[in-house]
Formats: sequence, C-alpha cells, structure tokens
Amino acid sequence: MFELFTRLADWLVYDLLSLSPETKLGDALHFFVEDVSKIYVLLVVMIYLIALARASLNVERVRDYLAGRRRGIGYLLGSGFGAITPFCSCSSIPVFLGFTSAGIPVGITMAFLLTSPLINEVAVLLLMSLLGWKFTLLYVAVGMLVGILGGLLLDRIHAERWLQSFARKALERGQQVGTIGRVSQPATLSLTERHRFAKGETGEIFGRVWKWVIIGVGLGAALHGFVPDGWIQTHLGDGQWWSVPAAVGLGIPLYSNATGVIPVMESLIVNGLPVGTTLAFCMSTVAASFPEFILLKQVMQWRLLATLFVLLLTAFTLVGWIFNLLTPFI
Amino acid sequence: MKQIKVLGSGCSKCIKTAEIIAKVAADSGVEVAVIKETDPEAIMNYGVMSTPAVVIDEQLVHAGSIPTQDAIRGWLA
Repeated sequence: MFELFTRLADWLVYDLLSLSPETKLGDALHFFVEDVSKIYVLLVVMIYLIALARASLNVERVRDYLAGRRRGIGYLLGSGFGAITPFCSCSSIPVFLGFTSAGIPVGITMAFLLTSPLINEVAVLLLMSLLGWKFTLLYVAVGMLVGILGGLLLDRIHAERWLQSFARKALERGQQVGTIGRVSQPATLSLTERHRFAKGETGEIFGRVWKWVIIGVGLGAALHGFVPDGWIQTHLGDGQWWSVPAAVGLGIPLYSNATGVIPVMESLIVNGLPVGTTLAFCMSTVAASFPEFILLKQVMQWRLLATLFVLLLTAFTLVGWIFNLLTPFI
Repeated sequence: MKQIKVLGSGCSKCIKTAEIIAKVAADSGVEVAVIKETDPEAIMNYGVMSTPAVVIDEQLVHAGSIPTQDAIRGWLA
C-alpha cells in the first residue's frame, strides 16, 4: 500500500529533477519526499477516523471518571486516558487544577499529564508506518509505564505537600466534598456532529503538526544522506553505557513534539543507534522541556518541579539502559 | 455594558477568541469590556479545564474552543 509513495518519490526526484539515486542529495531528497507524502496522507485519513470515534471524549469526562477511583487502578487509567484524550498542551495547567480540585491525587493527575505528550494518535501512526507495530507496542508500553510509575512515586513521596498553596487547598476541599453526583452525562452525538468535530480536529491537528513533520523528516533525511554510513554504528552502536545519559541530556534543550521526533528516531535506528539510546533521546526531547516546566511553576513549588525533572530524566535513562540490555533478546 | 472574560493561559487561541468577541460586539453595536483572565486560580474557580473559555457577567457560557461568530451574537443579544 505504501509503494505508491515510493513511486511518487521516484518520479519526482529521479525523473522530474533527474537526480541520481547514487548521489547523497538524490538519496536524501527521495527519502524526504517519500516520507513526507506518506505521513501527510496517513495523518489526514487517520486523524479524521480517530476523531470520529472519540468525538465525545473530553477532559471533563475523564475527570469525572477518575475522581474517586482507587489509587492502584487510578494510575493505569490516568495514564491510559492521557494517551487517548485530546487536549492542547496550553491547557495542561487548567487540566491539572481541574483534576486536583476534583480531589484526584496528584500522582494520578501526573500519570495523565506525563503520558499525554509521549503517546498520542499521531505518534502511534507515525511509529506504525515508519518502524512497524512491534516497536510501536514497545513505545506505547514504555510511555505508559513512565506515566504510571512516575505517578505512583509522586504519591509515595507525598508530592501534594509541594503544590502551590491554593492548589493544595483545592485538593483538600475536593477530597472532602467527594464527587458523587457530578458525573457528567456522556454526550450522545449524531453522525453529522461527529463528522463536524472530526473535520475540525483534522484541520486543527494537521495545521499544528505539518511543519513538525517537515522538520523531523528533514533532519532524518539529512542524517540518512549525510552522516557517513556506519559512523553511528561504529561510535555508538554498542550501546555504551554513557551514551544513554548523554542522549537524555542532549534531549533536554531540544524541544519537539512527538510528531517531529519520530522521523528522526527512524533515521537514528536505521543508522545503527541502539533502540534504548534512541528511545531515551526521543522521550527526553518530547517530555522534558523547559518552557512546559516553567508553566507548571504556577501550580507547583520549585521543590516539586525539581523532583519531577530528576524523576523524568532518571526514568528515561533507565528506559534506555534496560532496552539496550534487552535488545539482543527481542 | 457586558463584562466579558476570556479565560486561558494566554495561548494564541485565547487571544483570537478575545479579538473575535470584540469584533462581533463592535459589528453589532453592543458595548462590551473584554478582559483576558490568565490567572490559573481564577480559571480553576470557574471550574474550567478546557481553554479558551468565555464568561459573560460572571456566567460561564463556553469552554474548549474559539467560539463561532453565531454563538457570540447569541450571547450578546
């Protein structure tokens, strides 16, 4: 099914621009055209279909659903909803406060918020088309695990102590009041309404991510065409232990959403960078970004922010090491 | 005069929402005062989780997206 895009790239790069597949430029450009066209078509079709299916899911319903859950299952649900619920990262503060004032423990809220940037429908689609379903499953499992364990740990250390005082008070009020009787009715939507929602979502998400695809694939193509074959393999291919924390560190100042980083992942893996190191780099790029952390300062004290940051960096490093160790066996 | 608050963390959608409301109000000759509310505590107290949201005379009328011009005309009527 994806051959179409290979042929499009053949025609455009080799015939129309008459570049030779033997040259670096031809090779890189072919890779770029093939991937970008494939990703664009996939995105438009799949975002529409997925939006159609989840038109009635929103953060308000998730909150009502999570409120009053037992903790154990709460982390799993929080992380799962984080993966599938659409919401813009500019809403993370209101979402955090909405969950908190409904009495949902900080750990469950953070399981939701940590998983959210790591896993979303666009990321899963890109992974499937570029790296195959096995890797996609692995990525989703790891992403959710980071969210679940992160949340668990935050509650274990009583992170709510370090919320800003108004948020802590809202949490206490929410836990006393309870949330019985506030469960919102699931909206029943007609097909026309679903279509309208899905059309809007497709336009909005595509409008937001198309440039990231260009940047990501462009970087991937540059790696593909211009980093000498075998360079990564020779220098980083054995999963040297220090390469993982180095990759995490490198990911911090870099900021991209999952859409931009996945095409880069593909290139890195194809060029011989071990899976664990790649995952560590990409998760750090996506989930640990200074601008987002500064936003969280509005609801968290420095102590909690610092804890969260260290927690994430440790988690990504561990993910990297564990996967590099396991790779020979899977 | 109607007091209109646009709730949101100052993202581009919130700014657009405030602009559209001001424009529709001017077009239909309704006098309004549009304020952008960015304080997270205030937003929480309106019970809003999806921004941009719109509050008119302390009444929450909309949340989660840039409102349509038709909707705005309805509120101002």
